[in-house]
Amino acid sequence: MGALEAVILTIIAASTPLLLAATGELVTERSGVLNLGVEGMMIMGAVCSFAAAYVSGSAPVGILAGLAAGVAMSMLFAFLTQTLMTSQVATGLSLTLLGLGLSGLIGEGFTGLPGVKLAPVQIPVLSGIPFIGPILFGQDILVYASLALTAAVGYVLFRTRTGLVINAVGGNHQSAHALGYGVIRVRYACIAFGGGCSGLAGAYLSLAYTPQWVENMSAGRGWIALALVVFATWLPGRLFVGAYLFGTVWIMGLYVQGLGVAVPSQLLSSLPYLVTIAVLIVISGNKALITVNTPACIGQPFAPER
Amino acid sequence: MRSGNGDQPGSGASVLEARNIVKLFGDLRANDDIALTLKPGEIHALLGENGAGKSTLVKILYGALQPTSGQIFWKGEPVTISNPAAARALGIGMVFQHFSLFDALTVTQNIALALAAGRDSAALAERIETVSVDYGLPLRPDAVVADLSVGERQRIEVVRCLLQEPRLLILDEPTAVLTPQEAGQLFVTLERLAGEGCALLYISHRLEEVKRLCHDATILRHGRLVARVDPRRESAASLAKFMIGSDVAALRSGQGAKPGAPLLELAGLSMSTDDPFGVALKDIDLVVRSGEIVAIAGVAGNGQSELFDAVSGERTNARVDAVKLAGAPCGGETITQRRRRDAAFVPEERLGHAAVSDLPLSENIILTHHAIGEGVVRNGLIDRGAARDVMTRVAEHYDVRKNLPDPEARALSGGNLQKFVVGREMERRPRILVVHQPTWGVDAGAAAFIRQSLIDMAGSGSAVLMISQDLDEIFEIADRIAVISRGELSEAYPAGELSPERIGLLMAGTHERAGPDGGLGDRA
Amino acid sequence: MIIRLERRSRRSTAMALLSPLLAIAVTLALGAVMFAALGFDPARALYIYFVEPLTSVWSVEEVIVKAAPLILIGVGLAVCFTANVWNIGAEGQLTIGALLGAAIPIHFTAWQSPLALVFMLALGAAGGALFAAVPAFLKTRFSANEILTSLMLVYVAQLLLDWLVRGPWRDPEGYNFPQSVPFEGWQLLPLLGEGRVHIGAVFAVAAVVVVAFIMGRTLRGFEIRVVGTSPRAGAFAGFREKRVILFCFMLSGGLAGLAGICEVAGPSGELQPIVSPGYGFTAIIVAFLGRLNPIGVLFAGVLLAISYMGGEGVQVELGISARTTQVFQGMLLFFILACDTLIRYRMKLVHTRKMAKEV
Repeated sequence: MGALEAVILTIIAASTPLLLAATGELVTERSGVLNLGVEGMMIMGAVCSFAAAYVSGSAPVGILAGLAAGVAMSMLFAFLTQTLMTSQVATGLSLTLLGLGLSGLIGEGFTGLPGVKLAPVQIPVLSGIPFIGPILFGQDILVYASLALTAAVGYVLFRTRTGLVINAVGGNHQSAHALGYGVIRVRYACIAFGGGCSGLAGAYLSLAYTPQWVENMSAGRGWIALALVVFATWLPGRLFVGAYLFGTVWIMGLYVQGLGVAVPSQLLSSLPYLVTIAVLIVISGNKALITVNTPACIGQPFAPER
Repeated sequence: MRSGNGDQPGSGASVLEARNIVKLFGDLRANDDIALTLKPGEIHALLGENGAGKSTLVKILYGALQPTSGQIFWKGEPVTISNPAAARALGIGMVFQHFSLFDALTVTQNIALALAAGRDSAALAERIETVSVDYGLPLRPDAVVADLSVGERQRIEVVRCLLQEPRLLILDEPTAVLTPQEAGQLFVTLERLAGEGCALLYISHRLEEVKRLCHDATILRHGRLVARVDPRRESAASLAKFMIGSDVAALRSGQGAKPGAPLLELAGLSMSTDDPFGVALKDIDLVVRSGEIVAIAGVAGNGQSELFDAVSGERTNARVDAVKLAGAPCGGETITQRRRRDAAFVPEERLGHAAVSDLPLSENIILTHHAIGEGVVRNGLIDRGAARDVMTRVAEHYDVRKNLPDPEARALSGGNLQKFVVGREMERRPRILVVHQPTWGVDAGAAAFIRQSLIDMAGSGSAVLMISQDLDEIFEIADRIAVISRGELSEAYPAGELSPERIGLLMAGTHERAGPDGGLGDRA
Repeated sequence: MIIRLERRSRRSTAMALLSPLLAIAVTLALGAVMFAALGFDPARALYIYFVEPLTSVWSVEEVIVKAAPLILIGVGLAVCFTANVWNIGAEGQLTIGALLGAAIPIHFTAWQSPLALVFMLALGAAGGALFAAVPAFLKTRFSANEILTSLMLVYVAQLLLDWLVRGPWRDPEGYNFPQSVPFEGWQLLPLLGEGRVHIGAVFAVAAVVVVAFIMGRTLRGFEIRVVGTSPRAGAFAGFREKRVILFCFMLSGGLAGLAGICEVAGPSGELQPIVSPGYGFTAIIVAFLGRLNPIGVLFAGVLLAISYMGGEGVQVELGISARTTQVFQGMLLFFILACDTLIRYRMKLVHTRKMAKEV
């Protein structure tokens, strides 16, 4: 395996969880809901998928468990913000705090155990092609899923009626309600989708990225996914670019150190966070870019008149 | 005049009939035993003051609300209209007062959302183009709503209904945001629709246009049906009397007060906007003198809010001379500094701008009184007693009815809260008063009271600037009138020299001059 | 059956007082179920968790030691959240406060005077305030979301601390452990009494009093409330939102920084790679549980401190994981938010069949 090939493979690995979680959050935000609980849903996905895979010995079972955990967490959020009309910001925060605490408790017994590694899907013949083969045709199912999901979200949001309704609900919930669309129902569905994606991102972390359970192993990726949605100005195509950009930054530290450059490892580790801030400054400062694509109702509770 | 299919009012073939409609919101009887019959080809007016129950009734007919009790019959059959989609399936269309449009989407997408699924969007765009041109309401299907004028937005609403081939079309105050000319065009379309046999339910409080357009009228007051009349045989005054329940006292004009020294001067006031949907102000000149009321007319979204912000100081200007208060240049001063120059301001939005909904009235006093040396705030410390005293005075002098000593702002009705926010400023007896839509959404009694107060203010020597979209109100109290369009302000003409038609031309004329590139919009 | 909410015509004062108690009750009930499911006697577990910490002088003192930083930070965050300013990075501000204040004992070990301590505390508070000014500046200047920036800065601060205690600031005589030289004499906080309670507890109470005064009596406090609920009305009143944002961030950051230096100059007595067990995040819960009211924060801080102690208690006595503490805290915040709905809304159960007909 050549050095470049190894670099590209690790970039893909670092980018996939970001892309998965951010794609889910993008759909949630398009429907007008800001779920700050991505980090909590992701870490719950990670611990549940690790545990399920370890107990069952099967990685697919782990993936399903991660998915289920993410959806379950997101439904807690949905019930509070949509049915009880609590503040989305505060509820999202509490989801993250709860997720971090609960995952620590669940994962306590699994710390240090060898995990089940998600095997790559070896596409016959094609994966044997040198260089391109392992990169394009030798990835695991979640990598393919992340790409397919992002493309599918782009298609659904801008080419289908379902997407039109999601955008309508996020753009003006009063109008959508007046036209007879079930604002709350649409939002529940989009929140669930976001939760599922975050759960899958967590599953990727504990089954493929580093097949083990480490407390707080999501390490702020959920928050970076949130920033990525802003970076992408709510467009899936840009989200893909952004996720891979951040994936690159994330692993760059490893390689710089490998090259023997005398930079403190902590500085390199803080790069993704610093880059996130830089990106937020550049994108948010551009009002025209933000205003045009921001779902107008984001974060606002919807209370239909009865 | 009626072409239609020959049905006469009173004959049995109704499109929709509602009987004994009751709707309760908690203890409030928003609709109390209301009956309504609509016939094909008939334009039926639904009249009433704000809060009379009109909106509640039409929301019930459109399925957006469910009646507490009562029956609805569609072409003689009892029906339950459980949601707007069901209403549309029956053939009921509705044009909302506050548009139910999506700013970020195109015209075609907006219309597709109101239609059943499964239409090809290219074919739909073509139909939109045909139908809109056919009915004299031309639209570009691929335009994004955010870029359209208020009038164009309303066309989308109307065309959206037309595409569903409705048997009943409900219009909620459709002309409130139109120039007189645009309204005229709309009437042509509506009459043609009626001619094709569609029933129309027309909600308005502009009585002249109801008299001109409608064949029948149902009048509501305090949630109850008070009269069913033929508006063509009534006078505007008699219709108003049904709505209000008594005669509205005529205003005493502030005669005798001759305009004095200029107190508010705008000279070459320009202001860019950082909101992509906002309107830039262009080179505005205006003088308001002591003792006079100057009104600024215009269609919503032509720069009124921006002008208010520029005059009040919520947005400051780089050019100090652009705004002068009592002769002092103060373009760069904040709203607090301008208040100290004895100017007072009443913005358009009562809740969320003029007042904070969750704060009690006494604390809402502090909002505008904290820096004018009245003792409400001393050395950075709040004197709650002083604030409560001011609040009590305002409530007494301006007839603010409240059921608690110091209720939260949102607990007040629209009219009472408006009296409070206007009274809060007038209680200071400012030399300069700037009001924006002072009687918007206020019942007739409160509106008359506020207008009288404005006249009295001017009469006592203050300069009053009133930005309003209500031409009746403007003609009622203004001494001079200027028109704002796309951020440009016309000369201020003496009120006697201007007719509504002339004002309409000023609104529209500037529209054409500015061309299609101007950023007109009324984004909230 | 489905829940339906009806808006009350005015906020319910009774519910505003009851809701935190209700949330605590529900959390305890769910905790009992959790313990029972794990096979423990729920009554005994809850007793150890929430009552036992108050039964001995030693543990009460420990509760006070833990409550002090929670209250200091929580009271600042309450101001922020009231202004609708979302400072989520208190943990980072605490870290920077700790390391900046610790610069004095590390670099001027010989400076033994009360002034040294004053300097340490001032530096800690200033460090936290300045670090908090960063997200405030980014928000006012570039509209960058303060939730994300302040949180990202937590990681940056923690990595900076990690680098310092493993690198330049490591105690050369510390057997290569990642820790600074131990602080001594006037570079440690004075203790109140015999135990571990230090002067940080006084700071916490003082902060509560000062903030309660600012929020209740001054124009500045009024400004913060108005800008928080209605920025447009705030602008109309002539209040400057940007100044409010900066004020809130720097106030809460300063208090967090003070809490940070108090941790290292108090219980720790040296700088270690980890300064707090997540006080900066737990304080978010404290602020909400305290209804964003300084006095409320005082009680909430004590309760959450008890839960830290209780977690250690059940671990020692029953072998239940101390991580249940975080779960309790997370659940508590969830239930507070849910119960707060009752302040504004009346809850009604509606039969699904009737709903279907209506909607």
